[in-house]
Amino acid sequence: MTESVRATINGKPYAGEVPAEELLLDFIRDRLGLTGTKQSCEVQVCGVCTVLVDGNPVSSCCYLAADIDGREVTTIEGLAGSDFHRRASAAFLRHAAVQCGFCTAGLLLTAKALAARGLGGDRTEVAAAMNGSLCRCTGYVSLLDSLVELLGQR
Amino acid sequence: MSVIGQSVERADGPLKLAGQAEFTGDIRLPGMLYAAVLHSPVAHARIRSVDTAAAERADGVIAVLTSDDLSDIDPFYGHALRDRPVVALGQVRFAGEPVAVVAAETQAAADAAVALIDAEYEDLPIAASVATALADGAPLVHEKRARAGAAHGLGDLPDADGNICYSYAFRRGDTARAFSGAAVVVEGEYTFPAVYQYSMETHTTIAHWQGGELTLWSSCQHPFLVRQEIAVLFGLPLDRVRIIVPFLGGGFGSKSYTKMEPLTAAIARKADRPVRILNAVHESMITTRRHGMTARMRTAAAADGTLLGRECQAWLDTGAYADNGPRVTATAGDAAPGPYRWQALDVQAHCVYTNTSPSGSYRAFGATHLQWIAESQVDEVARRLGLDRLQIRRQNLLRPGEEVRPGGKPLDADLVGDVEKAAFNVGWSEPPTRSFPRKRRGRGVSVGLLAAGAHPVSMATVRMGPDGSVTVLGGTTEMGQGARTVMAQIAAGVLRAPVGKVVMRGTDTRYTPYDRSTGASRSTTVAGLAVQRAAQDVLDALLETAAAKLETPPQLLEPVEGGIKDPGGRTMTHAELVRARFGFDGGELLGHGRVQPEGGSGSYAEGPVFWEVCIAGAEVEVDLDTGVVTVLRTSTVADVGKAINPQLVTRQDEGATLQGLGNALFEEMHYGPDGMLLNDTLLGYRIPAFRDIPATMTCSIVENGDGPGPFGAKGCGEGALAAVPAAIVNALADAGVPMNELPLTPERVWRRIRELKIG
Repeated sequence: MTESVRATINGKPYAGEVPAEELLLDFIRDRLGLTGTKQSCEVQVCGVCTVLVDGNPVSSCCYLAADIDGREVTTIEGLAGSDFHRRASAAFLRHAAVQCGFCTAGLLLTAKALAARGLGGDRTEVAAAMNGSLCRCTGYVSLLDSLVELLGQR
Repeated sequence: MSVIGQSVERADGPLKLAGQAEFTGDIRLPGMLYAAVLHSPVAHARIRSVDTAAAERADGVIAVLTSDDLSDIDPFYGHALRDRPVVALGQVRFAGEPVAVVAAETQAAADAAVALIDAEYEDLPIAASVATALADGAPLVHEKRARAGAAHGLGDLPDADGNICYSYAFRRGDTARAFSGAAVVVEGEYTFPAVYQYSMETHTTIAHWQGGELTLWSSCQHPFLVRQEIAVLFGLPLDRVRIIVPFLGGGFGSKSYTKMEPLTAAIARKADRPVRILNAVHESMITTRRHGMTARMRTAAAADGTLLGRECQAWLDTGAYADNGPRVTATAGDAAPGPYRWQALDVQAHCVYTNTSPSGSYRAFGATHLQWIAESQVDEVARRLGLDRLQIRRQNLLRPGEEVRPGGKPLDADLVGDVEKAAFNVGWSEPPTRSFPRKRRGRGVSVGLLAAGAHPVSMATVRMGPDGSVTVLGGTTEMGQGARTVMAQIAAGVLRAPVGKVVMRGTDTRYTPYDRSTGASRSTTVAGLAVQRAAQDVLDALLETAAAKLETPPQLLEPVEGGIKDPGGRTMTHAELVRARFGFDGGELLGHGRVQPEGGSGSYAEGPVFWEVCIAGAEVEVDLDTGVVTVLRTSTVADVGKAINPQLVTRQDEGATLQGLGNALFEEMHYGPDGMLLNDTLLGYRIPAFRDIPATMTCSIVENGDGPGPFGAKGCGEGALAAVPAAIVNALADAGVPMNELPLTPERVWRRIRELKIG
């Protein structure tokens, strides 16, 4: 069984038939070829596969592709080139907060959603808000330094 | 200003930030099939039958692999012991062992078809733990002794003894005398958990056979060792096996040696199409893990705090196949004494087969297993004798130049200076901080050593084109540590080339020179030295050309930023020199660098290349009512000789600190008595998150220029993982709660508080 999907993906219109059981993660990676979104835990814990749906961060591993019908999806490919991405990249590079890079896209998209909700640069609040984005390389300090700097910019 | 010692931005940063860095799972080959693995549902059984007929008829299925398809090859692999069949061969030895593999046009088709395979098993008795595996009459995990693997590096392997597949032992001095003359003897039994490395990217491999040659794209740390094993397995010359390594989404040892490559190559051979195996997390968790361990230790000391003797027996659970267990076991044994002067030592470490998923390498293996035990006994000696815990270390720690183990490299680090720094950074000399009435605080430090560098064989090539751009070719795997950035810095530093014009590419064993492995903290030191020499080779050619063109003796020429200058101030740029050498806008300079054992065989016994320090401090708070342990402060010391990129050194220690914190406080794989892994997803297996960061985390860098690597560098990145759990355990004991079992979960700590009637 398939479902008709009309959506906006990274600012461009999409229309097509999608298997009803297809996950958004597989849709993005395999159907659209947008491989900047990564797969890890598959149980909505690690945050690696986070994308924005209507500006809200969702775990694409546990979200049906058909449910984006009528909505806007932003992946790392869509975020790249934006002013937010430029500022985020500068902060992440300055603090060497990118290591293996597997969690980076999910972190940036989560941070984008938090910024849109008005989260500022309070260290404790940022750590709490980002607690669902796991990283095994950095030990989080450099990520927190980057995010506090980024979200504190007004 | 030299680029050496500068925190230059990561070369791969922009690519990764844009989501454009290519990982193995991002690659789509034309005609590529997707595989699904049938895992054994039981931990130990004879396979009665495997009926694949329905799966083979299913939609989209191209091939189904069982052991029947491997009759033309010797289907066993394993770099230490060749004990593992590519796919279960008549018997399964752990729950999850691959029994069959389906390759289909889509992942969904493969997943659906694998459920149609009908396998029947005849249960065998299960040894799911070290205790059951060592009991009288225990079921044997392996009936026969496996052959030694090609890269075991452990000398003559002793015969198997029941389920013990390898033992490492050493004795020095007379322990009976040391203990009989002691003023205090500390002893205990200890348990260390199995944990999962949890690189965010799971093991992923693509195999493609063309004309009798095999290409593998794989998330592997040691491509040249994988190539060797795969070549032997399929009876191919080395140059018919090509391994390409894209970016790795973390490794931490989980992707060292051979993992999913044999299975992927075997199903691709059967399908005669490219095939990908991309593990789910629960599959990677049964692909490799850190060894769980039980141990006994006794320490004897004189009344003045002089350490006299130590005995240790450790049993490491390697699971159903040895993987890197023998090396982990030997390293654990080496960590038992700690870096102290002893009159007598008696250490035995055993690697034990059980019917659980295999264990292999994880960052700072062996040292992490034993350091918390060894160091808690040093603290306990100090407590019983009423001595200061730093003072007892000053008194007994080895000094630079002293022998660590007979015949090996003497100590090349200032341990006393390092541990004093670690202690200072957790407020050692500050008065005890005030606690809430039902909370207690304590501080601890720990010191250890890790034999680093592995076998010192690395090659590198540096190419300079006619536009002055530089490419570094080497076999080091970029797994997040920043190796490509550091190698580019080393080449740029030697050549005085702008660092932005130097790029290190990923490994393709067909074109990149040999490098033994990416592990044992060896890349900067060993591979980096090869890059330094290769760059020097290019610089020599530049000087030769400049000497001819500027008609000046080479010894009077001076490398300057981007070129070569003569005493008169005339400068030729790199691009001008390359073009001048070849007489047109083409050609390239090729420099080669080689590191090989110098003054020895390079063997483990004669090593290591350098000693990596494992030094940390911690301050913790324990809640007496709940058993919750909070880590307030940590400190680590990266004693790196020379930090090529200080920021990346700090990132290594920060990452290792959090992994150590997870290992100490909550990470633990649970196996049932039936050998089943009970917590095989992130829902049941927790790793540290943002809110687990200690309020203060200090990572110090010590640069004494005493490393054997480029510019006096030596490696880092692992030691903190061994040292942090030990410092936390010692801090908790200082707070009044001595523990002999990890992780320090609230329940376990609460029970101990009740048992000791604290508060």
